[in-house]
Amino acid sequence: MFTVNLAIMIPFIAALIIPLVHKKVSRSYIGWVVFIVPAALFVYLASFIPSMAEGNTIVHTWNWIPSIGINFTSYLDGLSMIFGLLITGVGALVVIYSIYYLDHDEMLYHFYVYLLIFMGGMLGVVFSDNIMVLYLFWEMTSISSFLLIAFWYHRKQSRYGAQKSFLITVGGGFAMLAGFIMLYVMTGTFSIREIIASVDDISAHALFIPAMALVLLGAFTKSAQFPFHIWLPDAMEAPTPVSAYLHSATMVKAGIYLVARFTPVFGGGEIWFWIITGVGFITMIWASFNAIRQTDLKALLAYSTVSQLGLIMSLFGMGSAALYFGYSAESVVYTQATFAALFHLVNHSTFKGALFMVIGIVDHEVGTRDIRRLGGLISFMPISFTITLIGSFSMAGVPLFNGFLSKEMFLTAVLNISKLNIFSLENIGAMLPVIAWVASVFTFVYSMIIVFKTFFGKYKEEKLEHQADEPKMGMLIPPIILAVLVVVIFFFPNILGNYVLSPAMSSIYPGFGPNVDLGVEIEQWHGFNTELWMTIGIIITGIVLYLLLKYWKGIFRLFPRRFSFNRLYDNALLFIENRTTNITNMYMTGYLRDYLTYIFLFFIGAAGITLIYTGAFTFDVSNDVPVSMFELIMVVIMLGAGISILFVKSRLAAVLLYGVLGFAIAVFFVIFRAPDLALTQLVVETITTVLFLACFYFLPEWKKEEHDGRTKMTNIIISVGTGLVFILIALGVQHGQLFESISRYFEDAYELAGGMNIVNAILGDFRAFDTMLEVFVLVIAGMGVFSLIKLKSRKGGRKIEDQ
Amino acid sequence: METIIIILAGVLVSVATYLVLSKNLIRVILGTSIFSHAAHLLIMTMGGLKEGSSPLLGEEAATYTDALPQALILTAIVISFGVTSFFLVIAYRAYQETNTDNLDILRGIKDE
Repeated sequence: MFTVNLAIMIPFIAALIIPLVHKKVSRSYIGWVVFIVPAALFVYLASFIPSMAEGNTIVHTWNWIPSIGINFTSYLDGLSMIFGLLITGVGALVVIYSIYYLDHDEMLYHFYVYLLIFMGGMLGVVFSDNIMVLYLFWEMTSISSFLLIAFWYHRKQSRYGAQKSFLITVGGGFAMLAGFIMLYVMTGTFSIREIIASVDDISAHALFIPAMALVLLGAFTKSAQFPFHIWLPDAMEAPTPVSAYLHSATMVKAGIYLVARFTPVFGGGEIWFWIITGVGFITMIWASFNAIRQTDLKALLAYSTVSQLGLIMSLFGMGSAALYFGYSAESVVYTQATFAALFHLVNHSTFKGALFMVIGIVDHEVGTRDIRRLGGLISFMPISFTITLIGSFSMAGVPLFNGFLSKEMFLTAVLNISKLNIFSLENIGAMLPVIAWVASVFTFVYSMIIVFKTFFGKYKEEKLEHQADEPKMGMLIPPIILAVLVVVIFFFPNILGNYVLSPAMSSIYPGFGPNVDLGVEIEQWHGFNTELWMTIGIIITGIVLYLLLKYWKGIFRLFPRRFSFNRLYDNALLFIENRTTNITNMYMTGYLRDYLTYIFLFFIGAAGITLIYTGAFTFDVSNDVPVSMFELIMVVIMLGAGISILFVKSRLAAVLLYGVLGFAIAVFFVIFRAPDLALTQLVVETITTVLFLACFYFLPEWKKEEHDGRTKMTNIIISVGTGLVFILIALGVQHGQLFESISRYFEDAYELAGGMNIVNAILGDFRAFDTMLEVFVLVIAGMGVFSLIKLKSRKGGRKIEDQ
Repeated sequence: METIIIILAGVLVSVATYLVLSKNLIRVILGTSIFSHAAHLLIMTMGGLKEGSSPLLGEEAATYTDALPQALILTAIVISFGVTSFFLVIAYRAYQETNTDNLDILRGIKDE
């Protein structure tokens, strides 16, 4: 049966198939093959819209690890639907765009595989009900984002950006995992729906606040909230389709999704409200302010994305106030903030996606995206200009574009919240509209920079790499579709509102009951109210500031780079690298003796201490078999030979003593009723001794060991300690027969294997595989011996290594 | 008997440990060989000594000595032979290439 679970898996399956078929498909078509995946999924998901609008949800479970409550449960409701549509819809457009953006000699199939992995991961994040599975997909998006940012890995900046984004988002993901585990400890379930159902029992739990903080850390790092926003501008090294897709429309909104999803769990309290609203506001104003000083258009868009994400985040924070009051006629005033957040989420994906794509087109066509080199492109690229105009003005909140509607709703929400008298809002609530207004002015200014610095002014042909021209139509189609949406949504916002946004509201406020309509009728015109006056103020102030930009730009120099968060990150990384290198160098000395010392000391320590603590040592000679005179003599000979090896001056004597040891052991094998062993030992011992002697022909006479007294003493202590622990363990084991010996079984060797010699039957039959592999070991050793003797290093080989 | 053999093996372990901790490559190789001797003696002792007849069914004895440790040791002898010969060739080759058998000098580049 085709379920949402399968829909999540389809991108992964496609990612597996692409490497297999990419050689058979022409490079120009591989993108179109990939395009089918998001397009089909979009249609599939869109077919659920009517059902969602009636308030239905769809749950489907594939058992994965039921014993510990981890199952692959997909949960399709209003909230995940919005994200699912964004992921597949923008995904389909981005794939078309990539087909024209990437050259045919790029590693196309790598790109599409990463993109598909991301798509699957992202769908998994939004559709998973099980938080462990959600975490899995969450990290998968981080990994694919890492791979995509580093797609042009020959660039240093790409690798830097990829590593930065990876460290920050995965670090946050780790915190989130800890938070999830705390949630599990509190509720005993991994299912988000069940956690929401048991929310009343956990709000007083000691782990409630830590779990909230950790989950938020995951959300903030992923959604590039202050002060973790620093990874997003560096992630702009990725190919532009990736920036448009991952780093503005979808992945960075995963954190927002998480906040929305967990609002019913954590929301309603003061801490949740202030963390999210506060961080959102700080991010919004700080990023919009910094966007103005960027000269790289993509960096500017990155900061603007951060700022917009802060705006959406703060709206979710403010919307959570409604949970404080519970459901009433007035609470709609506050749930409106959440509605605005969802609305702006969609709007942002449309206009920011279009903007990224157009900037990519400019970059692609003229070879730069530095606004100091751009200008006057309007006469060469009129279509691109129109799209940019629509996107930027929508972002700035100018009427006729969808951004105006959601911006107005944002201002309404801020004004409503500032009048509240809970959560100590009575003191600082009045500040919020001011911050929102200032941030909006900055937003207006940088939106104007995008349009006017790029397309107006003087055309500087000498600074461009290529003559400016419109790109292929295929590249323009995706941003045109998005730009058209920007306008269409302005005129018909309620289609989106009623069918897509309203169902999501009941996911965020499940406690208000299933039949409560939290949807908002979006209107283009409310009359001359405060919000409209604020917007007019924004536009006027924004125009003035934009015109006077060069006079006040010096203000950015007041923020020294030495104290930036980027510098903090770089220094922290450098510090960690240096420290770990030092620590590693401290014990990885490169001397064999040191490594062996660690091993032996660990053995003595671990085994010796275990022996003492468990009291496992026993000593009992009563079961020993009696010793004959001959055996005693052999033992004495071996002891003598062994100890003498340490003291002889010549290596020849040492090897002969070693031979004595070997042959004496052969004698012991005879005494111990092991004829096969004795024979083998005799043969092997003879060959080994000869080998040693042959080797000596080529090696120098050994010199006296020149250890200083301390090293010598350490060596002696370690050796004696090792021997002693060995003896103690062996004696202890000897008397602790834990279970019956299995040797009886082999005594039926003749019946089972047809062999009269039990040892041979074991080697050749019962454990024949073992013996075969042993032969392999010998073969490998033989090949090693042969090649080491025969092969000389190639001429000049050493030189290459030295360079 | 068992106790004596275990002590013998323990002394061999001490000797071997001392040898592998030295600077000279040949001493290290000798040490590893002696380690394997000690291990063989240990395995043998764990199976019980001198109980019953040789594990040859033709003997038609009432009890046979434990055959499993013997099979294991047989494998171990052969493997340790392979390893020792490989070590020796490495020592030979290392000496040819570097003109030293001193491990402290063989450590490699000083300034990494």
